[in-house]
Amino acid sequence: MTGNDRPDSRRGAPPEPAALELIGIEKWFGPVHANSGVSLRVARGSIHGVIGENGAGKSTLMSIVYGYHRPDAGEVRIAGRAVAIGRPADAIAAGIGMVHQHFMLVDTFTVLENIVLGAEGGALLRGGLAQARAELSRLAREYQLDVDPDALVGELPVGLQQRVEILKALYRGAQILILDEPTAVLTPQEADHLFRILRLWRDQGRTVILITHKLREVMAITDRVTVMRRGEVVDTVDTASTSREQLAEMMVGRRVILRVQKAPAKPGKDVLRVEHLDVVDGRGVRRVKDASFAVRAGEIVGIAGVSGNGQSELLAAIAGLLQPSAGRIVYHDRDLADASDGEPARRARRMKLAHVPEDRHRMGMVVSFSAYDSAILGYQDDAELNRGVILSRGAAIDRCARLMDAYDVRPGRPLLKSANFSGGNQQKIVLGRELDRDPDLLLVGQPTRGVDIGAIEFIHRRLIEMRDRGKAILLVSVELDEILALADRILVMFDGAIVGEIDAAAADERELGLMMAGAREAA
Amino acid sequence: MTAGPTEAPRWVGLVLLPVVNLVAAFALAGLVALALNESPIQLMHVLFFGAFGTLESVGFTLYYTTSFIFAGLAVAVAFHCGLFNIGGEGQAYIGGLGVGLVCLAFDTLPFIVVLPLALLAAMGFGAAWAYVPGWLQAKRGSHVVITTIMFNFIAAALMTYLLVDVLIKPGQSSPETREFAQGVWLPLAHDWLTAIGIPMPRSPLNLSFVFALAAAALVWVFIWHTRWGYELRAVGLNEEAAVYAGISPSRQIIVAMAISGGLAGLVGINEILGVHHRLLLGFPAGYGFIGIAVALMGRNHPVGVCLAALLFGALFQGGSEISFEMRNLNREMVVVIEGLVILFCGALENLFRPRLEALFRRRRAAAAA
Repeated sequence: MTGNDRPDSRRGAPPEPAALELIGIEKWFGPVHANSGVSLRVARGSIHGVIGENGAGKSTLMSIVYGYHRPDAGEVRIAGRAVAIGRPADAIAAGIGMVHQHFMLVDTFTVLENIVLGAEGGALLRGGLAQARAELSRLAREYQLDVDPDALVGELPVGLQQRVEILKALYRGAQILILDEPTAVLTPQEADHLFRILRLWRDQGRTVILITHKLREVMAITDRVTVMRRGEVVDTVDTASTSREQLAEMMVGRRVILRVQKAPAKPGKDVLRVEHLDVVDGRGVRRVKDASFAVRAGEIVGIAGVSGNGQSELLAAIAGLLQPSAGRIVYHDRDLADASDGEPARRARRMKLAHVPEDRHRMGMVVSFSAYDSAILGYQDDAELNRGVILSRGAAIDRCARLMDAYDVRPGRPLLKSANFSGGNQQKIVLGRELDRDPDLLLVGQPTRGVDIGAIEFIHRRLIEMRDRGKAILLVSVELDEILALADRILVMFDGAIVGEIDAAAADERELGLMMAGAREAA
Repeated sequence: MTAGPTEAPRWVGLVLLPVVNLVAAFALAGLVALALNESPIQLMHVLFFGAFGTLESVGFTLYYTTSFIFAGLAVAVAFHCGLFNIGGEGQAYIGGLGVGLVCLAFDTLPFIVVLPLALLAAMGFGAAWAYVPGWLQAKRGSHVVITTIMFNFIAAALMTYLLVDVLIKPGQSSPETREFAQGVWLPLAHDWLTAIGIPMPRSPLNLSFVFALAAAALVWVFIWHTRWGYELRAVGLNEEAAVYAGISPSRQIIVAMAISGGLAGLVGINEILGVHHRLLLGFPAGYGFIGIAVALMGRNHPVGVCLAALLFGALFQGGSEISFEMRNLNREMVVVIEGLVILFCGALENLFRPRLEALFRRRRAAAAA
């Protein structure tokens, strides 16, 4: 152990000086007050959670600490000394490491090359690489972070890519490690492993800041937790003296129901039947392998699986965005894979098949469009919106305003650029747009990724409502909690194949986790 | 939501910033003049007076502006679909060929019949010339920047061949067609204006100017107020979202390029039907390329394109006076100024932005306090 005297941060008053202290941080983005008078102390040798809804300012705050943004006012102190962090290099020099939610890795480089990136040490790579290799094997031993240093990063599974990110920070000598939503891409088992590493780290006297929206994780691993709301710190509390419910209430500002209430499903006849579906992607990789299942009216079928196991491609194929290479997609007794009449995505929409895509920024909306333009994406042909050749701006704005009202989008301003809404509100725009036409089948991918708790509750309730009206829903989510909360039946995908089907009422998280990792087939 | 202290008023970015950039460009141009032992004040005076000093010079300025509007709109439309159409020059050239062929074949018919035919031919030929690169981009992935540049060369070679070997007026040595019958010439501004009692000296300004303004209005409606424009913009901004919305990017790419080429082809109306009244070598004179700068400066908005076209028209016209008036400077000085304008308004667009915005932020904050 390198840490000599572990501070007893977990028991009340943190000792001087704090590993990281923020005093009165102010940050404006245009009209948005992203951080308002934020003060925060993170004790050395502790795991400190920062939680808050999307748009609460936690990512902005951490961007300031890591030097992506300069604060408009306020001070950052590291180990008691005020430091000016103008760019990430300053943060690294001050011993801060960051693992981003979206990895900052070069896919075509090896693990080793990625790790020395920005710290190559001299004009010739050789020396730096050799030194890094030795250091890497030491780190890997010490922290159980085994990765093949010569593997191409692009070919590693996401869990290992994250490990590379952590190693990158360690290699640069980070004493304070900031992790932004680190478990979003991990199986429960991988997440447990990560937490073991973080604890080990803390016990050596280093400091971890964990940004997350998963209250379960906050309760499981942090020592103290800071709750943010609307750019301000609500409170910082000892984890041991709080509860999930209390944290949720602080985040949202009102009481929230964490578990959706739902009656047992009353499934009707098959709305969608997928038969022996194969999807091969542009690079010739078989992404979906012989998938067969049905979705009935009045039920939610959840597809669980670690991100990247073919769920996205399956959803895209059903939505008409990917041409299957074999198999049939039968919707209302018509084969959707038969692309003989028109643009498949357009036809699917006409047949009341709606699709909330996994990635709203990449696909669900055009972020540089005004909200009203994004709110009609895919429905620009609607007779209601067109006056002859003119696409009526007024009609689009009216529709958008109505959706914003019905789906509680804030701010309710159709003229605002789509990019200026928080993730949760963007998702509500997309969801509203797709549900507005009362579809018979809804394909929905990651409905609450990057969405705050208040909005999650809202979105889940809408989906249950839709099911109770006798509609069919196919849900893909990498959040096991979400699948367990919503689905009536659960299919598990691993490596492109459906490896099991479980009745949601009888599902158990460990079992599902093992299936997701490809370790066990369902009986 | 209330405005925070970091929000500067909109007009700072839309109006003040371009003006400041222009002033900076002209100031640097003044220094260049100074280095050549000429007075910057006189340079600006010659430029301005040359462009706007007399009704005649205004006529010339607006004549150039006309071609620049067409060329700038062409680049802007393609840009909204995420395409960089460098081929305006070739498309204008081929558009002019269409006008020429119509006039050579039908110039015995009345003007009212020939004009629509000539307009259709200008747009159709220009569109066809841009369609091929568009198709190659959409279906084969050949980058449109490369192919449109190639098509400029092909257009030039084709026109040289046609004018030297095929369309040349028999019995003459210069590679030009015969002059069209006077009945199909576009009415000149001075003819009209004098007819209604406004004394307007002779200049090449013709009816095309009205067409250019109409084209700008139509482009505005098309891009922002039709579902085709909506789909085109969606492809330009986020192709994946467009596919999700059931829009075929390859179709939009082809359509956008064809429209872009059609607009560029209209340069031929101004030049061939309005001014030269015959087909001749090299009549687009680089206007297609200036269209790129015009679109950049005009931020691909029809209003911006018209204003930028006016600026470049004025530089073109005013610049032609420099070599007459100033001993140490020649016409190339205008190229220097154009270059500086493009540099400051295009490449260095945000050079002054943070400072300007900070200035107005402070004033606002002070006003709020």
